[in-house]
Amino acid sequence: MSEGRIRIATASLAGCFGCHMSFLDIDERLFDLLAKVEFDRTPLTDIKHCGPCDIGLIEGGVCNAENVEVLRAFRRNCKILVALGACAVTGGLPAQRNHLDIGACLQEVYLTEPGLINGQIPNDPELPLPLDMVHPIHEVVKVDYFIPGCPPSADAIWKVLTDLIAGRTPRLGHGLIQYD
Amino acid sequence: MNSFLLDGAEIPFEPGQTVIQAALAAGHYIPHLCYHPEFVPHGSCKLCTVRADGRPTAACTLPAQAGLKVESETEELNDLRRTLVQMLFAEGNHFCPSCEKSGNCVLQALGYDLGVMTAGFRHFFLDRPVDASHPDILLDFNRCVLCKLCVRASEEVDGKGVFSLAGRGIQRRLIVSAESGRLADTDIAVTDKAVEVCPVGVILRKRVGFRVPIGRRRFDARPISAQALEDAPRKPEHKHE
Ligand code: SF4
Ligand code: SF4
Ligand code: FES
Repeated sequence: MSEGRIRIATASLAGCFGCHMSFLDIDERLFDLLAKVEFDRTPLTDIKHCGPCDIGLIEGGVCNAENVEVLRAFRRNCKILVALGACAVTGGLPAQRNHLDIGACLQEVYLTEPGLINGQIPNDPELPLPLDMVHPIHEVVKVDYFIPGCPPSADAIWKVLTDLIAGRTPRLGHGLIQYD
Repeated sequence: MNSFLLDGAEIPFEPGQTVIQAALAAGHYIPHLCYHPEFVPHGSCKLCTVRADGRPTAACTLPAQAGLKVESETEELNDLRRTLVQMLFAEGNHFCPSCEKSGNCVLQALGYDLGVMTAGFRHFFLDRPVDASHPDILLDFNRCVLCKLCVRASEEVDGKGVFSLAGRGIQRRLIVSAESGRLADTDIAVTDKAVEVCPVGVILRKRVGFRVPIGRRRFDARPISAQALEDAPRKPEHKHE
């Protein structure tokens, strides 16, 4: 690990921020953590672009073009990239649309859903284009470690972070590995 | 008494016992999925693969022999088992957060115990509609691991033959033995052994899901390697209680 404070960046791609909430559930251990680390881009800071970091935590899978860009930027900048939570590890809930046709999904949600008036499929150029399938992040970039769980418990996140900060290979034992 | 060696430990056995039966009875765990102490082994999942005198073999179908040298807890074999678990996850649709079996599921518990952290393979994301036709039982084909336990239980214990496995290789799938293919058109009952025996979240009782809170489910307290020893040894002659 680099000299001085360890830099950590986090992002939520196709996730619900539940993993970030679980991360905050480490509660007062955040103070211990802040003594050793500083945050680069995360939803907790207002930094928009990820700079060079020691550890990157990615919540959520890859469901659109912007996710791909953010994920690649994290990979370029982070020495260690961690898939945080079920969606990053397997695609999770958003990937439950993968057996459906994306065009049909958009039609139903924005055009034919009962009760919709003057529906239209959003096509503002600012909106990132959705992918036909939601992918776990390791299908797009190399991932160093995985923390399954929907969301992973605060204890699991803490264990991985403290292992990494101490230079150990992270290991989750019984009770910390979970898929639900 | 006759004995064989499992990872260097001496395991006594009675004539007719398989390696897995003798091992579990002696308090030594070998991972397994399609093996169930109350049924004749099926030998399909290969989770129980060990090296017996150097040769990879399914421990659930291998008769115990005096002097056999069996290896099970090796990095090589556990790697193979992790890959098998990942393949089962990839070919079904296993979204544990919305599965009623979560916490009580053998596939999931094997993943935990073996330390399966990643998807491993690209998942198939097949479109497999559920069968909710029966008033008391839900059938979610998305999670079937083809262990054949329900087939065996329905035939041997319930005397009904409600389920069978059709197709070969990657086409293999669970089917319901009714002309309509619907569970409602069979004589399955919620009290059937076939309902109880499914190790994953395919054959589910309706209206009881998520009743046991997280923390008190079957594999919350202890990993499957400890739970399996708790459940053993049930001798084959005491089956179907
Ligand atoms: S059957 Fe088991 S592994 Fe599959 S979704 Fe349900 S709990 Fe998860
Ligand atoms: S439905 Fe359940 S018991 Fe039957 S073969 Fe599939 S996984 Fe096994
Ligand atoms: S438990 Fe032996 S092959 Fe499945």
